[in-house]
Amino acid sequence: MNIHEYQSKQLFERFGVATPKGAVANSAEEAAKIAEAFTHNQYVVKAQVHAGGRGKGTFKNGFKGGVHVVDTVAEVADVAGKMLNQVLVTKQTGEAGKLVSKVLIAEAVDLKKECYFAILQDRAASCPVIVASTQGGMDIEEVAATNPDAIVKEYIDPALGILPFQAVNVACALELNGPLLSQATKIITNLYKLFAALDCSMVEINPLVVTTDDKVMALDAKFNFDDNALYRHPEIVEMRDESEEDPREVEADKYNLNYIGLDGNIGCMVNGAGLAMATMDIIKHYGGSPANFLDVGGSATEEMVTNAFRILTADPQVKAILVNIFGGIMRCDVIAQGIVAAAKTIDMKIPLVVRLEGTNVEIGKKILAESGVAIITAENLDDAAQKAVAAAQ
Amino acid sequence: MSLLIDQNTRLLVQGITGSAGAFHAKNCMDYGTNLVAGVTPGKGGQLFEGKVPIFDTVREAKAATDCNATMIFVPPPFAADAIMAAADAGIKLIVCITEGIPVQDMQKVKVFLKDKDVTLIGPNCPGIINPTAKCKIGIMPAYIHKPGRIGIVSRSGTLTYEAVWQVSSLGLGQSACIGIGGDPVHGMTHLDAAKLFAEDPNTDAFILIGEIGGDEEEAAAAWIKENCKKPVAAFIAGATAPKGRRMGHAGAIVAGGKGTAAAKQEALRDAGIVVAATPGEMGKALVKAMQAKGAL
Repeated sequence: MNIHEYQSKQLFERFGVATPKGAVANSAEEAAKIAEAFTHNQYVVKAQVHAGGRGKGTFKNGFKGGVHVVDTVAEVADVAGKMLNQVLVTKQTGEAGKLVSKVLIAEAVDLKKECYFAILQDRAASCPVIVASTQGGMDIEEVAATNPDAIVKEYIDPALGILPFQAVNVACALELNGPLLSQATKIITNLYKLFAALDCSMVEINPLVVTTDDKVMALDAKFNFDDNALYRHPEIVEMRDESEEDPREVEADKYNLNYIGLDGNIGCMVNGAGLAMATMDIIKHYGGSPANFLDVGGSATEEMVTNAFRILTADPQVKAILVNIFGGIMRCDVIAQGIVAAAKTIDMKIPLVVRLEGTNVEIGKKILAESGVAIITAENLDDAAQKAVAAAQ
Repeated sequence: MSLLIDQNTRLLVQGITGSAGAFHAKNCMDYGTNLVAGVTPGKGGQLFEGKVPIFDTVREAKAATDCNATMIFVPPPFAADAIMAAADAGIKLIVCITEGIPVQDMQKVKVFLKDKDVTLIGPNCPGIINPTAKCKIGIMPAYIHKPGRIGIVSRSGTLTYEAVWQVSSLGLGQSACIGIGGDPVHGMTHLDAAKLFAEDPNTDAFILIGEIGGDEEEAAAAWIKENCKKPVAAFIAGATAPKGRRMGHAGAIVAGGKGTAAAKQEALRDAGIVVAATPGEMGKALVKAMQAKGAL
């Protein structure tokens, strides 16, 4: 799950991570009011969308740039007015762009140094790792490729948390020493506390800066959270902005369906993530293109299967549906009942290919055969994929 | 017990009174697994299926029944604790079926298990089955398995069943099938399983089923290249998955250009492993690998 920049700022404030003053506005008037309260005389106005590349983006009304630095309160209101309720297109949004319904108004700061700082989960080491570099504001993967020595890593014991010397190690590696050291260790320590307390999978600060008046601050942030841990962070769940997500995925999520939207024309319903991925792969192998990844899980109910069907058939790009089930926990009769229930409530106009195997397969096949629903049955994976590809053409 | 479970396995089920726990505990028992105890805190003193004693703690279960393996169905918020309770009580084989355990919880489990003589399979896995010994600790449909000499290790449950189905259809059976699970932080790895199969006298060849994310398939390939003479076939799921998206399994993600299917396939081929082009061809790839080494 992702959050907006202004929400990151709220989390920084909660955990004592220094960041430029700022607040979010829904209208030009609100934007002006926020700016008036600042003591600085330079302001940053930032469009709030999840996509990157905002600065170089263009609004569909012709206004250029989703990030502006301005000198007066009047300009803040003017720029905010041109961004709000307009669609911003960046290299990450695709042609459709994203509707901007909020802007962040922040105090502009003068920088004398920019660093890169991130905390992420290291898979191989099974622990969090701090990744930092004096090469701030740059693409870290590019730094890793061209100048790996410029990147410092500090592994954190998940049972102990960050130790004081580790924060000092990182601060000194970033050359945030001398009078900056205590500020730097505080911000590093508090960022780790935030990371651990909120079950983040990544916190990336790019850049972590030193201002001309010697303050160490987090200027921009990107957060990712561990979806498995969201149940213990209701305040983070509340930050979710469904308008930023694929509407098919939002709908699927309501029914606990694991769905990822793709661009093809064969809708897939599969149980198990590995088999769902493999089903996409085999569709491509036989010259077709999957419209989605959909794992109905190991303990799906008839209702979940019905809802999965509704989501697949509601997608106008879907020209055929392939159901591939190998029952373990999931019983084939449950899937079959779901298919029949769905077919009776939804007006199915597209071909349906079904391949069932595993627990209670005979009962499942019988339910399908006796239902009167038009189904193309398949005996194995290759057969199923070939039939689905042919049906979609 | 070269393949971890056999007729000497004395199984405990943690979370035995939940619906999934009860359903699969019964299935394991029906298959032939020696189910000796259950644990559900607060339900100690009851009996499962009228004969298997239920305890409040793993420690009590271990003392009373000398169970030596456990299968965990405890819900995600409490599952990490259940793993540690089992390890603390001296259970040597822990199979955690639970899906959805937070990463941080599993990291703490790994710290807890570090110096203990414990094998953890999972979490978020289908478990392990040995068809020859008629012993299973897991949720796989038993009837598709046949006794035989092919090992299968996989990160995915249903994709394992697919491979088992193909192997059984070829008239070959399985020595053991191990689902290591789809989470980024987990116990047994592909490498651990490859070592088990390579050294097991009852396994002639094995299939390694991986997916995008992480680098454990590559680690197994590197070891196999240097150390394993047995035929090995493989399949990697997720070649068509978009980058940066988690494909159902928490661990199935291509991040920062790492963990791609192409890189894994390359490493496997480099180790002399036959890589199936489609999931429908895992059985054929195995036959090809065995024929190449004169094992079939």
